Amino acid sequence: MTAPAIDPIRTPVPTTVDKATQERRTTPARFDTALGWNDRPGVSWALRILLCAIALGIFAAPFLTIVSGAFTTHASGSSLSFLPHDSTLQNFKVAGERGIWDYFTNSLVIAGGALLLQLAVSVLAAYALARHRFRGQALILTLFMLTMMLPEEVIAIPLSLVLGHVPVVGVDLKGTAWGVILPLGAWGFSVMLLTEFMKDIPTEIEEAARLDGVGEFRMLWQVVLPLCKPALGVAGVLGFVMIWDQYLLPLIAAKDPTDYTVTVALSILRTDPEVGSGVVLAGAVIALVPSLIVYLLLQRSLVAGIAAGATKG
Amino acid sequence: MTATVTTPGARRTRVLSKKALLPWVFLAPGLLLALVFKFLPMGKGVWLSFFKVRPFLGDQWVGLDNYTRVLTDHRFLDAIGHTLLLGIGQSLGAIAVGFLLALLLEGQARTLKIVRTAVFLPVVTATAVVGELWRLLYYPTSDGLINHALGFLGLGPVQYLDNPNTALWATMVMSVWMLAPYNMVIILAGLAGVDRTLYEAAAMDGVSLWQRLRYITLPAIRPALGIVLTLAAIRGLRVFTEVYVLTGGGPAGSTEVWMTRAYTLGFTRNDIGGASAASVVLLCVTLLLTVTVNYFRKRGDVR
Repeated sequence: MTAPAIDPIRTPVPTTVDKATQERRTTPARFDTALGWNDRPGVSWALRILLCAIALGIFAAPFLTIVSGAFTTHASGSSLSFLPHDSTLQNFKVAGERGIWDYFTNSLVIAGGALLLQLAVSVLAAYALARHRFRGQALILTLFMLTMMLPEEVIAIPLSLVLGHVPVVGVDLKGTAWGVILPLGAWGFSVMLLTEFMKDIPTEIEEAARLDGVGEFRMLWQVVLPLCKPALGVAGVLGFVMIWDQYLLPLIAAKDPTDYTVTVALSILRTDPEVGSGVVLAGAVIALVPSLIVYLLLQRSLVAGIAAGATKG
Repeated sequence: MTATVTTPGARRTRVLSKKALLPWVFLAPGLLLALVFKFLPMGKGVWLSFFKVRPFLGDQWVGLDNYTRVLTDHRFLDAIGHTLLLGIGQSLGAIAVGFLLALLLEGQARTLKIVRTAVFLPVVTATAVVGELWRLLYYPTSDGLINHALGFLGLGPVQYLDNPNTALWATMVMSVWMLAPYNMVIILAGLAGVDRTLYEAAAMDGVSLWQRLRYITLPAIRPALGIVLTLAAIRGLRVFTEVYVLTGGGPAGSTEVWMTRAYTLGFTRNDIGGASAASVVLLCVTLLLTVTVNYFRKRGDVR
């Protein structure tokens, strides 16, 4: 690593936006945007409000129907609306009787375990790839990139065989949370992201610590890792969204339906002839809440990560 | 070896080998997991694709039989068309809608940030939840939300998911809805990098809004956009969850895509060999396309 000492520790992408804002303040508002929107009341202003309302109606309003339907007594596709007619918790009670909370617990265990494993694996691998030089580095990097090309969809059939009988150790992971957690451990994107970030940490910090006699693992844990917090936020939130979105993997890793995650279990509720749409929607709300919480808390990291992933490919 | 000749040189080699080993200690967990749960299944998939898999009887080598069977099966051939249409259509649609959203919601105002936060919701929502939501939006009677809205315009209720002519398009609309806000974020990042003085200069030269978009904005965001679009289209070829949740491949196979077909073959009909062959074909196609795209991209960077 020959990074110049003046190189500041990189903060994630939003700074570029902030910088642009500061520069922009010197020019009139109508040069702020590609379409030259005017921020003073007028025709362009009114048109923009109208179009924003339409965009909200299309992209956000359907979520209100989920919530309102979940709290409505006799919700069916035919009586959906944006506001509940009569609020009730009946749907959640019925969904609870169908075991929705067990599915939800499965989901939480899997999401928590897989996220921890994914972050730990990525941090370790990124540390080796960014802070050490060794033979075969390029090959290893390519291998991690290849894991992104092998999503569960493409290897589903042989993966389900492997999960049923893991070679060498010979254990059956089907029906356990490990069957979902372990395949999610090595995620190329997260490794790449952290590697890129760690490369930009000045070596001087590390060298100073090394002079003080700090060992490799303490170096990673106490020196490098604290500097990686922004990147960890990005890897964490993207990892969570990716894990929570898993559908096929929990499906093939399950031995029987009680092993399903909450997202997969929604189809059980739907095909249950004794419960109506309201109960399905109650399940949907339960499956939605964790994503919402993570998104609202770590929104900046998520947006920064998507923008970074796109510019770096 | 005598203790007296523990020269600095010998110590250095030992230190070196320890140092050389160290990165592999850090890499071990990731490599092990990737090996067991990614590359081993891939290899096993390729291997099984040459066999007729018979539980308890032992597998029987059939050469390329599985491949010819899959590639001549009319349901798979239909699926190719659906997959291409869905993959390309949803990518183009999502780019177009994402671009419009980005143009509309660009800016630093607080209200705009809130609108952007709300519009982005479909991206963080699990696909299965989105599928259940859209099943209800597409509810086939006149009381379903979309049909209700159409009712105001005097249009009759449409059976989006039960009609073989509309089901694939309905799936595509849902996918665009899920992907467009994602593209919006990428395009917004590109728009933020456009030099504002260019807009000012353009205004002085009396350039029209269309020309401004065409000659300043588009060239500035095109590099990021081209890659995103291509990779999204390639990723679209392995679409599974959206279709599986929304239509399950029906009605009458009208939304059957490559992966749902392979899934049915492997897990419902227990034809492991055929399903493996289908997966290998898809893997080869996506790998080939990705490598090609990356090759041209690198060449473009060098130039």
